[in-house]
Amino acid sequence: MKTFFDDPALNDIDTKLHNGDRLDETDGLLLYRSHDLVGIGRLADRVRRQRHGRNAYFVYNQHLNYTNVCRNRCRFCAFARDRGEKGAYTFSNEDVTRWLTSRMDQPIREIHIVGGLNPSLPFDYYLTMLQTIQSIRPRAVIKAFTAVEIDFLSEISGLSLDETIIKLKNAGLSMVPGGGAEVMSERVRLELFPRKISGDRWLDIMATLHRHGITSNATMLYGHIETIEERVSHLVRLREQQDKTGGFTAFIPLAFHSQNTDLAHLPPTTAVDDLKTVAIARLMLDNIDHIKAYWVMIGEKLAQVALSFGADDLDGTIMEERITHMAGATSAKGLTRKALEHMIRSAGFKPVERDSFYNPIREAA
Amino acid sequence: MEMLDLAMDKAAAANRLSADEALALCREADLLALGSLANRRRKQRHPEPVVTYVVDRNINYTNVCGSECRFCAFYRSPDKPDAYVITRDLLSEKIEETLALGGTQILLQGGMHPTLDLDWHLDLLRFIKQRFPIHIHGFSPPEIHHLTQTSGLSLEAVLRALIDAGLGSIPGGGAEILVDDIRKKISPNKCSADEWLNVMCTAHRLGLRTTATMMFGHIEEPRHIIEHLIRIRDLQDETGGFTAFIPWTFQPKNTRIPLDTPATATAYLRVLALSRLVLDNIPNIQASWVTQGDKIAQTALAFGANDLGSTMIEENVVAAAGVSFRLPQREMIRLIETAGYQDVQRNCFYRPVEPR
Repeated sequence: MKTFFDDPALNDIDTKLHNGDRLDETDGLLLYRSHDLVGIGRLADRVRRQRHGRNAYFVYNQHLNYTNVCRNRCRFCAFARDRGEKGAYTFSNEDVTRWLTSRMDQPIREIHIVGGLNPSLPFDYYLTMLQTIQSIRPRAVIKAFTAVEIDFLSEISGLSLDETIIKLKNAGLSMVPGGGAEVMSERVRLELFPRKISGDRWLDIMATLHRHGITSNATMLYGHIETIEERVSHLVRLREQQDKTGGFTAFIPLAFHSQNTDLAHLPPTTAVDDLKTVAIARLMLDNIDHIKAYWVMIGEKLAQVALSFGADDLDGTIMEERITHMAGATSAKGLTRKALEHMIRSAGFKPVERDSFYNPIREAA
Repeated sequence: MEMLDLAMDKAAAANRLSADEALALCREADLLALGSLANRRRKQRHPEPVVTYVVDRNINYTNVCGSECRFCAFYRSPDKPDAYVITRDLLSEKIEETLALGGTQILLQGGMHPTLDLDWHLDLLRFIKQRFPIHIHGFSPPEIHHLTQTSGLSLEAVLRALIDAGLGSIPGGGAEILVDDIRKKISPNKCSADEWLNVMCTAHRLGLRTTATMMFGHIEEPRHIIEHLIRIRDLQDETGGFTAFIPWTFQPKNTRIPLDTPATATAYLRVLALSRLVLDNIPNIQASWVTQGDKIAQTALAFGANDLGSTMIEENVVAAAGVSFRLPQREMIRLIETAGYQDVQRNCFYRPVEPR
């Protein structure tokens, strides 16, 4: 049966996809402007199924946010604190050990580590943390430090970026999360996160990591002051980088949460925007394998629906998230394997528990 | 598979679906295929890009209920410390607040209280109508059935008395699943499927408009959902009295139906889309943000729903089962606009309310 589109403008995109033509920025904008939500979903779902069939992935993971002290103080962030400010915290090596050992009964495969740029921590702190985690969880992949943190580490280590990465890799770093990209627009950066590295620098660091054999994710923080033009341009820049270095494993759209930030007057993202962003990412990022529906940010229910809008991955169990919850997220702080599998199955997909590199750990029947 | 193809073709051609075809769609059709078909059907029915909603409040005049349904977290037996019957003062206060917020109606439901008789209910209606210019959407079929039992009067006599006292329309609650095998298990003391339909049929004949609901995601199977839809469709063929259909999912917390996997968002969207396709004679399909949250409710607008229900200044029954989403009017409007529709505040009969 030929796909029927409520919005006839989608027919041209349908044809392009059938012919294997790459979508351009105009197509991306057309998709964002279209109100044919199900039509956009069907295009993305077709591409998703060509690549991944009915598989929907998740990882048994644990988050570790080692410090909330951060010198950048981005305006969209509810997590960061100044040194000495009420609520500021920094994990000691013992805290890290305790955080991990509290869940030793669980088959955790990935430790996801993100923190602030804390000026009082020496470079050795990070190396020790990686070594400690590796000794406690030798079978888990350490996915740590956004490009923003890596840039900061190379600053405080006094080493070159290459040398910094080699040291981290030797201490146990296997992969890098995709945060800190925000929206790669100088306009937005100057307005919201002037002290954070630019989009160019973020891409440079990712390229260097990829050349060292360290894969990474990529993200986009949307739903604040950015335009759809800036979103689409962000996706295209990621795609161009991926053409060169190929190291991006997954793309994760991050829905902005405004509570407790300088932007608290902004309303939350809508479901239509969340689903479109997942679908458009799938359609534009033809060279990034995996698109995540990050349930922490869009909620468990919409993340499940997003599996039919181009997403093939639900992230994971997460135990337990802090950054988005500080900004008012109402999702759970963690999900069980059983809950994730039920969500996936009920949506008509096959749950596949994976490691950080998308190797299957176990496939549920 | 053949049945599925046939059903998809018939749905695409806007032909009436048989029970078997509906079942094939329910079991096998892809989520987005269902959504696409339902959206198309909705646009045929409502070519104008409008999503409606109503400003009202749920007033539960009592939480005392002899029905003791296993899925309910709201009812109390009369001897419980938190059992209540609403006072006239509190009732007036709630209605004044509703009017002040631009509300046009109240949804008035119990509790089937064992000792509040028909006269009490009639007095309640008269009390409201004498004081307030507000539409009363009240007393679901099980309550009306209960009033026939406590009064000994015929269904028609009870309904006429309620209408005379000011009842404006009837909400479609208490339908649960209109299959007695299921009702016996989840709500053994509540009226039967036939009795529920009979109340609606009689009400329609007396000129009352009503909605219809379905609560799914507990112990029913797909065939029970289909049977429910077809029974509603059959009655609508006869009377044409249903304004809207509202499917919603069972919320298990604080109830006596143990369930560790409640119906998911995709299960909800599938049934919603199916409702639009099967109920070809009911104009409005309502999304349930109360059970699904604002995100899935907005998504539902692409899966056949054309109405977002009520802003619900107050809601108690679903909240008692541990789910309490909030949706103020301006947020409701934002959801509608960002989905590409124009928002229209409506009354109980799905007609636009003139801006004040």
